[in-house]
Amino acid sequence: MKKLLAQTYIWILLVLLYAPIVIIAVFSFTEAKVLGNWTGFSTKLYSSLFSGGVNGSLLRAIENTLSIGIIAAVCSTILGTIAAIGIFNLTSRKKHIMYFLNDIPMLNPDIITGISLFILFVTFSVTQGYITVVIAHITFCTPYVVLSVMPRLKQMNPNTYEAALDLGATPFQALWKVIIPEIRPGMVSGMLLAFTLSIDDFAVTLFTKGNQGLETLSTYIYADARKGGLTPELRPLSTIIFVTVLLLLIIINLRSTKTQGQGSKKH
Amino acid sequence: MANNDVIIKIEHLSKSFDDKKVLNDINLEVRRGEFVTLLGPSGCGKTTLLRILAGFIASDEGTVSLDGKDLLGVPPYRRPLNTVFQRYALFPHLDVYDNIAFGLKLQNVPEDEIDERVRKVLKMVVMSDYEERDVESLSGGQQQRVAIARALINQPKVLLLDEPLAALDLKMRKDMQIELKEMHRKLGITFIYVTHDQEEALTLSDTIVVMNGGKIQQIGTPADIYNEPVNSFVADFIGESNILNGTMLSDRRVNFIGHDFDCVDEGFGENVPVDVVIRPEDIYIMNNTEKTQFTGTVNSCTFKGVHYEMFVDTDEGFEMQIQDYNAFEPGSHVGLIIKPSDIQVMHKERTCNTIKGRVIDAGHVELMGTSFECDAHDFEPDSEVEARIDFDKIDLLDDKEDGTLTGEVGFILYKGDHYHLTICIDEKSANYLYVDTNDVWDKCDMVGVRILPEDIHLGRPKAAPLGKAEGLEAIP
Repeated sequence: MKKLLAQTYIWILLVLLYAPIVIIAVFSFTEAKVLGNWTGFSTKLYSSLFSGGVNGSLLRAIENTLSIGIIAAVCSTILGTIAAIGIFNLTSRKKHIMYFLNDIPMLNPDIITGISLFILFVTFSVTQGYITVVIAHITFCTPYVVLSVMPRLKQMNPNTYEAALDLGATPFQALWKVIIPEIRPGMVSGMLLAFTLSIDDFAVTLFTKGNQGLETLSTYIYADARKGGLTPELRPLSTIIFVTVLLLLIIINLRSTKTQGQGSKKH
Repeated sequence: MANNDVIIKIEHLSKSFDDKKVLNDINLEVRRGEFVTLLGPSGCGKTTLLRILAGFIASDEGTVSLDGKDLLGVPPYRRPLNTVFQRYALFPHLDVYDNIAFGLKLQNVPEDEIDERVRKVLKMVVMSDYEERDVESLSGGQQQRVAIARALINQPKVLLLDEPLAALDLKMRKDMQIELKEMHRKLGITFIYVTHDQEEALTLSDTIVVMNGGKIQQIGTPADIYNEPVNSFVADFIGESNILNGTMLSDRRVNFIGHDFDCVDEGFGENVPVDVVIRPEDIYIMNNTEKTQFTGTVNSCTFKGVHYEMFVDTDEGFEMQIQDYNAFEPGSHVGLIIKPSDIQVMHKERTCNTIKGRVIDAGHVELMGTSFECDAHDFEPDSEVEARIDFDKIDLLDDKEDGTLTGEVGFILYKGDHYHLTICIDEKSANYLYVDTNDVWDKCDMVGVRILPEDIHLGRPKAAPLGKAEGLEAIP
């Protein structure tokens, strides 16, 4: 009885979680404008999505989202890694102050970050558009990179850098040949995190995209929904994003179980 | 092996961290091909000294030269020295081969030469066939061999070793000691070795440099350091010893534990207080109590493998540690003899506390930043004075609140019938009190310090311009 209850509970939970996605995925294979009407199987929405349907504006929004995400992820990874190395080598008191300062932007609500950046750009009369969105995204992604690189630095043998210098590496060579390879896993996870944060962002983008017609996926959908009804092409798009994320997750999980398997063999 | 060709010369080297002096005027010469060990308890400055040599930290004052050329201005990556770290510090993302080849690859040495040299050095550390291995899959001992190989392949002029064996278990440590000694003999490279393990130092070194509190206490061969320690710290740190208060009566005649003994030391003067060191194995113990120098009662007897370790209470109330191949039953009355050549006499570093201070008024004086009651009516207010307080006139109290001052118990020395403690009042300004007590305290205990007004004897400081002869002789 207890077991049955537990199973029912978990199934209800899973259905509630995944039903909306499954419904969207199912209805991405039909042509009906309104979600819920099944007018027969069709892949027209998919072809329309990629052939520049909806005036190509949806496709442009996707392009913007991806390019901003990639630039922001790469730049914040570079900045965040350098910052993490710098903070790591500070004296303990200064280090704690920097940790604290690094935490504030992460705990700060997005809306506040967005408004403050908006005011900043207006104050310095910066024309808002693609560049300002990229700058904004780098700004809020960098602290997360710092946070994901720091544990790798802490794990590192404290003498590693000195050992490299001792063997004749200049400080730059030591950084490039020893420190970076050591903290690479932290940098990669930081970069992935930054990328997802950037793609996911709505509030900050809305305040910094200006009025030159720049749209990312999130602002596009928002604007679209306000115009009344969602564009049908969003259904295949959501499905593609969901499947991509699912595949990525499966790959990551498979990889981690594989490395764990190797690890246990070694010891 | 060792000759008089100096390779490293350190002069007046000092270093402070946050106002705390960790190295204080270090002077040291290292000869080419020598195996030098820097030995001392943790925090004595030995690792700091090594790190200054390697170039990882800068010194505040002083010079270091290598082959007559200044070393301190050279960045670590251009110094012809290599370091073996305590925790190996291998690069985990590289395999054994690439770890060892790291230095040569940076110098753009041709591939086939690198290959040959890596194989040669791997053979030397008995790690052939391990080239492809992931360094993290190796045991501690194997990792340390790789670390040694990685340093030696660059053919350094001096190899610096920072407690390289400290993380290994005892058996492995013993084996590696023998191998290190053998490597040193074969290669002829100068080794500077840091350790806190006195046995390791005695086993490996040509020369031992004993350090404490940022200062060099003694430099000498292992035998010198063991047989003729210059002060009670060295005697206590190296091996087991009985350290006792004594009085040098005249040349070759010393009094301690209530008896006069013949000894071999000269030049101390007459009736001069000294410290006397007797190694436990140098006291002859026998059942016959006649014709012996002194007698006592065996208190305890423990089998230690090769010998028995006994504690004997002498009839005059001193406890002596004795090692002998024969066991003597606890409770038995025994006779004891010490040969003149086994008595090591040392100058006392001090015979009482001497503290610089300032008179506040006729009834108060400021010492170590605290006001003490005492008779100061002979002195002008605000004048500089020197206070003398005998070791046994300082009370240590359990409750910090009860004392005028608070301090931490530092170095503890057992003197046969009492303890001689170093109490650290303020580390930064090097305020220490030296106290004789019968109570048992542990290192790092926090204690209250109380000094009675009549036990503080004031005098004018020696260097004062109007210094009258106030009876303040020099305190060694």
